[in-house]
Amino acid sequence: MAIDQAVVRKELRQFIAEAFLIGDDQVEFSDSDSFMKSGIIDSTGVLELTAHLEEKYGVVPADAEMLPSNLDSIDNLVAFLQRKLA
Amino acid sequence: MEFNKHSLDIDAAAVTDELCHTIRDQIRSRLHRTGAVIGISGGIDSTVTAALCARALGPKRVVGIMMPEKDSSPASEQLARKLAAQFGFETVKEDISGGLAGLGCYDRRDEAIRSVFPEFNSSWTAKITIPTNILAKDTFNFFHLTIENEAGETKSKRMPLSAYLQIVAASNLKQRLRMTTLYYHAEKRNWAVVGTGNKDEHEQGFFVKYGDGGADLKPLAHLFKIQVYQLAEYLNVPREIIERTPTTDTYSAEVTQEEFFFGLDFYTMDMLWYAMEHHVPAEKVAGVLGLSVEQVLSGFANIERKITATEYLKLPPLHAD
Repeated sequence: MAIDQAVVRKELRQFIAEAFLIGDDQVEFSDSDSFMKSGIIDSTGVLELTAHLEEKYGVVPADAEMLPSNLDSIDNLVAFLQRKLA
Repeated sequence: MEFNKHSLDIDAAAVTDELCHTIRDQIRSRLHRTGAVIGISGGIDSTVTAALCARALGPKRVVGIMMPEKDSSPASEQLARKLAAQFGFETVKEDISGGLAGLGCYDRRDEAIRSVFPEFNSSWTAKITIPTNILAKDTFNFFHLTIENEAGETKSKRMPLSAYLQIVAASNLKQRLRMTTLYYHAEKRNWAVVGTGNKDEHEQGFFVKYGDGGADLKPLAHLFKIQVYQLAEYLNVPREIIERTPTTDTYSAEVTQEEFFFGLDFYTMDMLWYAMEHHVPAEKVAGVLGLSVEQVLSGFANIERKITATEYLKLPPLHAD
């Protein structure tokens, strides 16, 4: 199943805003910004993020996939979901 | 800059003198107290802290509080007593199991464990671990729960967020009750509580806010763990304490600090961190430590991420003005 990248991007942004920014969707971060480096999420937030991927998209990252290159920005998440759901 | 295998070597005699002077000065002039209360666990950090305080203030102005609970290793008390006998300070034993049971520590923790493993029985043991291959890949820290039954059979699963948070919150009651107990003994004597955390623990956030992080002074907070070992050698602390593998002494199944939090052996982690702080090129670090450049960069990233992610722990209460 191919994903609609634009839709997923929007959904992920909405989730990040609701879950980590207390609903503040005015906080600016680009799709390539590291969540960790920009202080948006911490290591506990990563668990919350993976729980969301499971609940919303049915994707459970394997231990070996718990990498910043898969999970630490909107761009990385979209690419990861695209691979997993292809 | 010069970077070699001995970059973290210290002049232990000089550092000891300096720390003793600082401890005396801070307790007397800054805190206006007259002695030191230290939670002693038989671990290397509390041992060195207690030995320094005994040297700085005299053993009659030091008390070591042993605070075992039902998951503690019996070796902790035995080593703590040996330490106190060698350095001549008083000890007090406070078994905090009853207090923890009253706070629901064990029941709340076991409830969360059973949400992952419904078959978990309270007589079994459990521990939390993180990946220890952090140099192989730049991986996030995630947490596995491992349980072990009486027959020694183990099961392990990556933990969902809610179970992880509840287990940690329940287990942190142990450090917070210990802090409360230490302040009882300090206030009763008009003494200060001396924290035992080193730089690795303090800056990477391996402590419980208002638990073991709650103290009046933290004399080791600027020293890398491998430098604490150098002080231990100089202070001639019992060999069993130096050779004991550092554990959390928090979970019912023994878990090393490397498995639970740091993910690296202390020498490699401290050297990587020192190199990162001093902007030593990754190629040079790789050569000195016998690692690949990719491993060095993964190590840098992991340490940096822990420091950033635990900033909250190090903040004092925020004021509005």
